[in-house]
Amino acid sequence: MKLHEYQSKNIFSKYGIPIPKGRVATTAQEAKQIAEELGGRVVVKSQVLVGGRGKAGGVKLAKDAAEAEQLATQILSMEIKGLPVRKVLVDEASAIDQEIYFAITDDRASKKPVLIASAAGGVDIEEVAAKTPEKIIKAYIDPLLGLREYQARDVAVAIDLPRDYWKDFTKIAMGLWEVYKNTDASLAEINPLVITKDKKLIALDGKMMIDDNALFRQPDLAEMRDTDEDAPAEIEARKYGLSFIKLDGDIGCMVNGAGLAMTSMDVIKLFGGEPANFLDVGGGADSKKVAAAMRIILTDQNVKAVLFNIFGGITRCDEVARGILVAMDEVKPSVPMVVRLVGTNAEEGRKLLENANMITAETLADAAKKSVEAAKKGK
Amino acid sequence: MSILVDKNTRLIVQGITGNEGLFHTTQMAAYGTNVVGGVTPGKGGEWVLDGKIPVFDSVKSAKDATDANATIIFVPARFAPDAMFEAADAGIPLIICITEGVVIHDMMRVRNYLDQKKVRLIGPNCPGLLTPGEAKVGIIPGDIAIPGNVGVVSRSGTLTYEVLYAMKNLGMGASTCVGIGGDPVNGTNFIDVLEMFEHDPKTEKVNMIGEIGGNEEEKAADFIAAKMTKPVASFIAGQTAPPGKRMGHAGAIIEGGAGTAADKIKALEAAGVKVAKHPEEIPTLL
Repeated sequence: MKLHEYQSKNIFSKYGIPIPKGRVATTAQEAKQIAEELGGRVVVKSQVLVGGRGKAGGVKLAKDAAEAEQLATQILSMEIKGLPVRKVLVDEASAIDQEIYFAITDDRASKKPVLIASAAGGVDIEEVAAKTPEKIIKAYIDPLLGLREYQARDVAVAIDLPRDYWKDFTKIAMGLWEVYKNTDASLAEINPLVITKDKKLIALDGKMMIDDNALFRQPDLAEMRDTDEDAPAEIEARKYGLSFIKLDGDIGCMVNGAGLAMTSMDVIKLFGGEPANFLDVGGGADSKKVAAAMRIILTDQNVKAVLFNIFGGITRCDEVARGILVAMDEVKPSVPMVVRLVGTNAEEGRKLLENANMITAETLADAAKKSVEAAKKGK
Repeated sequence: MSILVDKNTRLIVQGITGNEGLFHTTQMAAYGTNVVGGVTPGKGGEWVLDGKIPVFDSVKSAKDATDANATIIFVPARFAPDAMFEAADAGIPLIICITEGVVIHDMMRVRNYLDQKKVRLIGPNCPGLLTPGEAKVGIIPGDIAIPGNVGVVSRSGTLTYEVLYAMKNLGMGASTCVGIGGDPVNGTNFIDVLEMFEHDPKTEKVNMIGEIGGNEEEKAADFIAAKMTKPVASFIAGQTAPPGKRMGHAGAIIEGGAGTAADKIKALEAAGVKVAKHPEEIPTLL
């Protein structure tokens, strides 16, 4: 789950990381008022969950409150990478001497958190990483020990930070570690961390991602989820613990397991069809989940056929079959259905579906071919 | 011979009295796996499977009574890290964690602790292990594979079944099938298993099933080119997945163009691996 800049910075602030004064506005009027409170010179920043906001014109400097209102009007009517801007953050403007990149994230290769810093921070950090990797400093953190202060100091030295800033930098590093650890973040990023003309370190921008699996123990963060940008079907799917992504094709897919779900899409495409979605019902899916999955697939008007590919392991095919029957009864689908059940309790499952008027298949290739044919006929 | 599990495996089940735990204990015992006990705190002294398998309160007491040398974990995600720590502290050398949805921060702590103790972890979020005809330690349906000389290693669960089933239909058997799981932080990776297969006399060739995200397949390709003498065939799931979309697995995120199916296939083919277009084609490549 991604957090907005303003949400991330509010969390940073609670952990003692200095951030600019500012607040979120949803109207230009509000933006003007905040700018007045902050003394006029402000930055108006669109709050959308994509990168590259600045380059898209979604971050602008205003010299007074009137201009802040004008810019807010403009930014609040923008779309950035297809996402409408619904909120702006109005921050007091800072006079910047240097921009530093600073983040803590999960490192898959070492199985440890890693602190990443660079003296060349700012909007082009990815280019810096690609072209001059020696400018990126990394410190691996023992997850059982946590970040140690000496590691933060070593990083300060490695990015050539003047000695006067080491103490504050270390404090920010320890704060960011606590943020990362206590929020179960997969990313806690400050870019840029700036040195201002009056010699202060401030987190000018912030980005956080939270491990979805940890939300059960992060109720406050779970409430911050911005669902404005998710398709309604994806929100509905999440409620039932289904993993669903809408795609542009016409063959709905319901599969157990992410790998097999992706493979089913691959094989549909291999035989000339286009998948309408990715849907993983998960391990141990019960009939309730299956019925919800079928409703979600069939709300897509583009769907001309549905492929059920279930290879039972922890999931039992008879449970899935019961779910299909419940959903068929409720939704009364008019499109052809191709079903393939193999593995745990497959025999019982097939028997349950005997009278359900479905096309059956033995192999995955066979199932994909049959659903591609069925979808073509439905056009 | 085979790798990791065989007739000498003495298995305990953590979470044995739960729904999933009990169901799969029944299946594993029916397959012939030597399940010597189970653990559910608060239910020590009870028996399951018609009085055949004793339940203990802790892994330590189960290990003391049964001399178990492997454990399989079926507890919910929020309790799984503790279950893994407990198994490691009780001195069990092989832990298989089936549980899906374990928090990554917890997994980093678990993995670093287990490494210090030199404990082998398979998973989490994996289907476990199957040495056909000898031991099933996990949730892979036993009847979809037959004994043979092909080592199978996979990041996926059900996709693995697909491949085993296609192999069986062609009369091709497996030495051992290892599901390493799809999470970004897990216990055992492709290279660990490829190395075990390379040294296993019963394994003559290997099927490796990967998916988009991360760079484990690319690293495995380097290893295959440098160290493997046995032939390897592969399939990579997610060839048609749109970039930047998250396909369920935490591991299946395409990061900045890296970890795409095309990149992985290129790396594997350069290492002399035959890559299948669909999973049912893999067995025909060996």
